[in-house]
Amino acid sequence: MTQHRVLLAALLTACATGTVWAQKSTAEGIAEYRAMLADGNPSDLFEAKGEGLWQQKRGPKNASLEQCDLGKGPGVVKGAFVELPRYFADTQRVQDMESRLLTCMETLQGFNAAEIARTPFGRAEQVNMTALAAYVSAGSRGMKFNLPNNTVQEKTMYEVGKRIFFARSGTHDFSCASCHAEDNKRIRLQDLPNLTKNPGAGNGFGAWPAYRVSNGQMWGMQLRLNDCYRQQRFPYPLFGSDATIALGLYLGVNGKGGESIAPAIKR
Amino acid sequence: MHHTLRVLAPLFFLLLTSCASGPTSADLDKLAASIIKSSFRSEGPVGMDRLLQDDTNRECSAADVAGKPIDEKIAQAIEQANMKVMVWPSDGRFIGDWREGERIAQSGRGLTWTDDAAQANGGNCYNCHQIDKKEVSFGTIGPSLYNYGKLRGVTDPTSAAAKPIVEYTWGKIWNAKAYNACSNMPRVGHSGILTEAQVRHVVGLLLDPKSPVNE
Repeated sequence: MTQHRVLLAALLTACATGTVWAQKSTAEGIAEYRAMLADGNPSDLFEAKGEGLWQQKRGPKNASLEQCDLGKGPGVVKGAFVELPRYFADTQRVQDMESRLLTCMETLQGFNAAEIARTPFGRAEQVNMTALAAYVSAGSRGMKFNLPNNTVQEKTMYEVGKRIFFARSGTHDFSCASCHAEDNKRIRLQDLPNLTKNPGAGNGFGAWPAYRVSNGQMWGMQLRLNDCYRQQRFPYPLFGSDATIALGLYLGVNGKGGESIAPAIKR
Repeated sequence: MHHTLRVLAPLFFLLLTSCASGPTSADLDKLAASIIKSSFRSEGPVGMDRLLQDDTNRECSAADVAGKPIDEKIAQAIEQANMKVMVWPSDGRFIGDWREGERIAQSGRGLTWTDDAAQANGGNCYNCHQIDKKEVSFGTIGPSLYNYGKLRGVTDPTSAAAKPIVEYTWGKIWNAKAYNACSNMPRVGHSGILTEAQVRHVVGLLLDPKSPVNE
């Protein structure tokens, strides 16, 4: 196929450069701070709220999410997060935790998924989405990432995610790899995980959702990637879009064996 | 999202049916490009054109995906193409005010969808480089630039002896890919991140003997 001979490298990618971060936040300082807060991680509050939302009858169909299949069967929360993103036969898509929750909110509860996907972070049902993500991720706390990555769809999306990770463009020629493909690098004083392998991939992917002390907000992986792209000077990634899911799959597979500490607490 | 699925379904179908042994790398490149296109939208001043790759970014990304250094001939062609569009200072002045240069080097603002396009962009320099030793919050993706001019023996940046270093410094900031095809460094002047006057100030920060960089 001649058209394939043209190099069609993936455009884009994930996480980039940045803003000036708190000067005091050395790795040691953050670790110390995190340890101090370990008993009072505010993400616990989001987790508890998410558990309530999971059980609560809501939406046009007045149903709970207790029959939501996150990949391990209807209603199974324990261990689901460390196997996501994965392929779902019912939607014929590879989905990450948040896009899968969105599917359940639509099919079980009757919410309009497209409308929620369009809602800005931190508003309306997106607030509930974040709490639900905190709850579901907590169901895998301390477990090791083990994405199945055994279907053609998943393997294809891994390769797509890799291309997206390395795709340079925009005003600054940034790709995710500009900041996250080498060991022991920093932006200002912020340590950057090498997301192409462990321990960076497991540590980086396995820490979201997380409560961010710097802005007092709970962030899911979709918002984490969104902010990476903002700093990368890329356009706005759509919530639950295939590019974000492919990236999540790439990071999650690279992080295989890494421990999930989500919902975590970050700088 | 369903729209996305509809758009991509034929591509997936193609991949699954035409390639019993799995999709080729070129198939995957095509699929990735298609997925990228359908996964973003413009926001404020940041348009979808940001996703378009020029030859430099396309070739360097492909080498990164392959996990190999870029082919030497391709690298040379990229460097030549970038050198060809180099813009030298219109009035022949390379050295600006290092104090202004320091302010620009400190600023990481500009060109994101949350930045006010009416305000001046920053150079993002400290995000990746050590520069003035007094600034302890510096990144390490790029090399340290502390004593940049001093180490290169620049005592008078207007002298004939300093000319090659002065020009290289301007050129490297304006368009890093003219010297190193797949450098991580943005093409600061070429891509319109900083203006000619701003680049001049940053060159001053690095090369003016009075700049704290060269103390």
